[in-house]
Amino acid sequence: MIEMVCAGFGGQGILTSGLILAEAGMKLGKNVSWYPSYGSEMRGGTANCTVKFSEREIASPYARQIDILFSLNEPSIDKFEARLKPGGLLLTNSSIVPAGRKYRDDVRVIKVPVAEIAASYDNPRGANIVMMGTLAANSGLFDADALARMIDEYFSKKGKQNPKNALCFRAGADIH
Amino acid sequence: MEKVLMKGNEAMAEAALRSGCRFYSGYPITPQTEILEYLSWRLDEVGGTFVQAESELSGINMLLGASAAGARVLTSSSGPGFSLKQEGISYLVAADLPAVIIDVMRIGTGLGDIMQGQGDYLQLTKGGGHGDYHTIVLAPNSVQENSDMMDLAFDLAEKYRHPVLIASDAAIGQIAEAVELKEFREHDRDKYEWSIKGCKKGDEQRKIQNTYYTMPSYPEYLKAKYAGMESNEQRWESYRVEDAEVIAVAYGISSRVSKEAVDIAREKGLKAGLIRPVTLWPFPVKAFAGLKSVKAFISVEVNILGQMADDVRLATQCKYPVGSYGTFYDIPDPDVLVEKIEAFYEKEREK
Repeated sequence: MIEMVCAGFGGQGILTSGLILAEAGMKLGKNVSWYPSYGSEMRGGTANCTVKFSEREIASPYARQIDILFSLNEPSIDKFEARLKPGGLLLTNSSIVPAGRKYRDDVRVIKVPVAEIAASYDNPRGANIVMMGTLAANSGLFDADALARMIDEYFSKKGKQNPKNALCFRAGADIH
Repeated sequence: MEKVLMKGNEAMAEAALRSGCRFYSGYPITPQTEILEYLSWRLDEVGGTFVQAESELSGINMLLGASAAGARVLTSSSGPGFSLKQEGISYLVAADLPAVIIDVMRIGTGLGDIMQGQGDYLQLTKGGGHGDYHTIVLAPNSVQENSDMMDLAFDLAEKYRHPVLIASDAAIGQIAEAVELKEFREHDRDKYEWSIKGCKKGDEQRKIQNTYYTMPSYPEYLKAKYAGMESNEQRWESYRVEDAEVIAVAYGISSRVSKEAVDIAREKGLKAGLIRPVTLWPFPVKAFAGLKSVKAFISVEVNILGQMADDVRLATQCKYPVGSYGTFYDIPDPDVLVEKIEAFYEKEREK
C-alpha cells in the first residue's frame, strides 16, 4: 500500500494531479482511491486529496501514514510533514517555500522550482505537471514515459491538449 | 467492460441512466451535487429530462408526476434537503409509485455539516415522513456498488410499486475508485398497465391516487406488501462470522473499515467478524440466525448515538450486549475498533 497526499492552494491543479495519478495507478492494475478535502477548507484557499495505491482492497480513503507528500505550498508542509513515514518522500515547491525552511531529517526532501520551470516553457499553469515529472522520476511508482502519455491523454479528453505539458513534465523528471 | 475512474456520485448518476432512468428533478446540496452536475449534461445526451427544481419539494413532486406516467425516475439530496423530500416520499408510497431516491448522507442534526456522516439511519429505515410506511433501503459501500445497485433499485421499485431509497454517504459519494459500468438497459414507460398514458375522448379515464381511497381491503394489502419485502428482500454480507465471538455490524463506508478491523483483530488472535447489512430496511434479521459462538455485537456508524444499534438488539431478541462505536465528522478508525474488540476480551477475562 502506498499512501500519498497531494496538497496546495486551490487553483494549482492539486485535485487534478491526484486524479491523474490515481488513474495511472488503476491502469497499472492497482486498486486505487482518490479522496478530496471537499469541505469548506477548499473555499478558504487550500486543497488536498489523498490517493492510495494497493494490491489489496482499500478500506478507508484516509491515509494512515503518508509515503509521499506532493506539496505545492508551505501550509501543506506545515499540515502534513509530521505524518510522513520515516524514509518517506517530500516534494516541495521551492519557488514559494523559503529556502531556509527546516525539514525532518528522516524523510527524503526534493525541492523543485516548479513555477520557474513552468514559466520557462511559457506554461504557468503547468507547475503541477512539473511536480508530477519529479514524482515519476523519484517514487518508483510510475514509468515516466507512460505517465507523460497518460497526462496528455487526460487533457486531450478534456479538449485541453497542450504540447508544453510534456516539456514541463520532462524538466521535472530531470530533478532528483 | 473496461474499468474507469469515477467519483461515487458520478457513478451513481451514470448507472441510473444506464438502468433506463430518463427523468431527474432535484436541488443541489453538498455532498451530493455532483449527481445533478453530471446528469445536467448527461441526461440531455441520452434524450432524457433534467430539471433543477426551485426546491426539494417541487423536485420530489415532479418526480411523482413522471413516475405516474411510467418513467424511471431519480432524485437525490442530503441532510436537510432530504428531510424536505419526506412529504413527497409519503405521497409516492400512498400512490403505489416506483421511484429511486438517493440520500448521500452527511453529518449532524438541523443544518449539521457537509462532512462524512451516516446521520439518517432512523429517518431512512423507520418511515421518515407521515403515515404507515417503510421504504426499501439499499446501502452501497463502494463506487462499484453505487453503480451495481442502481438496476436493483429500479427493479425493486417496480416490483413492489414503491419508492426505493439508496443510503449512500459522503465518503462513498466523494471518493473516486475504479468502476466497471453496466450495459445500457431500455425502459419502456408504457409497459405497465397501471401507468397514466393519456386518453382520447370516450376512453375510460384513470388517475393515480392514494390507494387507500380505492383499495377495498387496504390494511390487508398494506400488511401483505411489507411482509413480502421483509421475507424476500433482506440482503447482507457476512464476513468471518462462523466462529466469531465479537461481531461488528456496519454498512456503507463503516463496513469497509470494519472489515479491515476484523482482519487486524484476527491477526491478533481475536475472534472478530462482520455483518454488513446491504438492505437497511428490511433489516437483515436472517443474518443473525444460527450464530453459534457470538457473545457481543458492536454497531459501527458515522453518527453519535449509534442509530442502528436498536435494530441489532431486535434482530437478536436482546440476547446479547450491543455496543456502539460512533464517530462524528470522521470515518471510523479500524485501529479504534480493534481496541474496542480487545476491551471486550479484557472484560471477559476479568469475569
